[in-house]
Amino acid sequence: MPEFSHSDYLAILLSLKISLVATFISLPLGFTVAYLMTFKRFKGKVALDVLVNLPLTLPPVVIGYLLLLMLGQNGWLGKWVLQPLGIKLIFTWKAAVIATAVVGFPLMVRSIRTNMEMIDRRLIQVSRTLGASRFDGIFTIIIPLSLRGIIAGSILMFARGLGEFGATIIVAGNIPGVTQTIPLAIYEYVSSPKGDSLAMALCSVSIAISVIVLVFYEWFGRKMIKRK
Amino acid sequence: MELRVSAKKQLGKFHFSADFEIKGRKIGIFGPSGSGKTTLVSFIAGFRSPDNGSISLDGETLFDSSIGINIAPEHRRIGMVFQRSQLFPHLSVKNNLLYGYKRCHAIYRKIKPDEVIEVMQIGHLLKRGVSNLSGGEKQRVAIGRAILSNPRLLLMDEPLSAIDESLKLQIISYLKNTCDVFDIPYLFISHTLLEMRIMAEQVLSIAGGYVKGMVTAEELARGEMRNSGGYTNLLNLTGPHRVSDVYEYRWGSQDIFVANNGGPPATLFELPARNVILFKRHPGMVSTRNFLKGVVTSIFDMGTTVGVELQLGSEKLVAEVTKKAANQMDIKIGLEIFAAVKALAFKPLFRSREP
Repeated sequence: MPEFSHSDYLAILLSLKISLVATFISLPLGFTVAYLMTFKRFKGKVALDVLVNLPLTLPPVVIGYLLLLMLGQNGWLGKWVLQPLGIKLIFTWKAAVIATAVVGFPLMVRSIRTNMEMIDRRLIQVSRTLGASRFDGIFTIIIPLSLRGIIAGSILMFARGLGEFGATIIVAGNIPGVTQTIPLAIYEYVSSPKGDSLAMALCSVSIAISVIVLVFYEWFGRKMIKRK
Repeated sequence: MELRVSAKKQLGKFHFSADFEIKGRKIGIFGPSGSGKTTLVSFIAGFRSPDNGSISLDGETLFDSSIGINIAPEHRRIGMVFQRSQLFPHLSVKNNLLYGYKRCHAIYRKIKPDEVIEVMQIGHLLKRGVSNLSGGEKQRVAIGRAILSNPRLLLMDEPLSAIDESLKLQIISYLKNTCDVFDIPYLFISHTLLEMRIMAEQVLSIAGGYVKGMVTAEELARGEMRNSGGYTNLLNLTGPHRVSDVYEYRWGSQDIFVANNGGPPATLFELPARNVILFKRHPGMVSTRNFLKGVVTSIFDMGTTVGVELQLGSEKLVAEVTKKAANQMDIKIGLEIFAAVKALAFKPLFRSREP
């Protein structure tokens, strides 16, 4: 077994950190979008649906490039919002978080939405006749009843984030110890002449993390079914 | 309770139009499926808004399209019991019951949880999850939950339609007794005549999206008797005590004997008008246990037969006889007559609360 360098350990930690942060920041927005798509009627609903699901079908490299155009120094968001505030995102781990969030977002929304669509609308009506405001109903009825989807969606998104490569390498680069995640480190080892064994070792770590996450996902799913 | 509704709504090809004012505490809304009953209920509860019109309850405007008022459902203080129990599946029975109570302002908390739990007989269920309850238990919890929100009006939208036939009488007895105990004004929506007669004093009749008018439950029963296989008397008897193989009840100033059907004695009974036999004179010894003396107060057409309404002390009883028999007996208003009813002719419904 080859020995990992300090930057390899950092890559493992960074992968976990980026996936975790991306999942947490996506959660409120993912829930809101799923709620709107499930319970509200509004103009542009189809457009929002397409936009949310677009990252599922677009090559991640395209997403990365579009993010680069948007967040870069000459991008509209970079130039008019980020620069005046003194925020630099491109080629930082935060850019990797954004790339991971965008790519995994549709998985989270779909999972939450699938659960939300199973909620009987009458339950929400009942809660309102019992004195609960819309906001109250969201916290006491909708969130508890879509909790399975929220947690499953978060796990799925986290797992997807661990494998994120294409969009991340475009917006965050491949800087060891700074933006290099497990997939990027593997890519670098595979590209170097004597890196096969280290690439394989990192692959093993990646497989181990994925297996743990998926086993947890299955265990959680069964537990929720039993509870039901 | 005073409710005023003036509402119009176009729903695809279905046009709903209502303009009425009702005062009372036990109001029925009767009409066939698809007549607009649920649309009306959703306007009153605030789930839907009319295209135009106004709705007010006890003088407070709940909706008025002309001045842009539309009070949110949670501020209307109108409780609801749906066709299915609609219990919150993630909460225990106790937390379901208290959901509305906790959100009810302290000044309105007149009905307390312990009282409702006792009347609905659900004390043993409190710690259980709702998925383990039977259909009847679920609906009892749902009724208790709605009542505990201390509404000023309770809407019951066909609350028995999704329940097994065998449980309907049990649930309606809880509904009636609970509403009587806590004196909550209600609108009871149904397309079943018997339910309407048990629950309502006044009935708003709806058909094809229009309100046909307001009648008493008795008038409705007479109007619907051709569709419901004849007229059926509904008798509320009191104070049963067992005498040999029958139960003896009081009905106004009369004694009534009802056959023992094995179970605990009911107090509300159905008696088909065609099971009442009329005699001009007392025939002497007969096997019929109930021989009641009364005066004819009205005679009404029932198609091929006639209904003869008798005043028996403070109570009224309808007998259905053929037109030929009525002519031969020369039945007229004011005639003194005897009605014979077999103890076996009564169909027990349930035991209602003693007044």
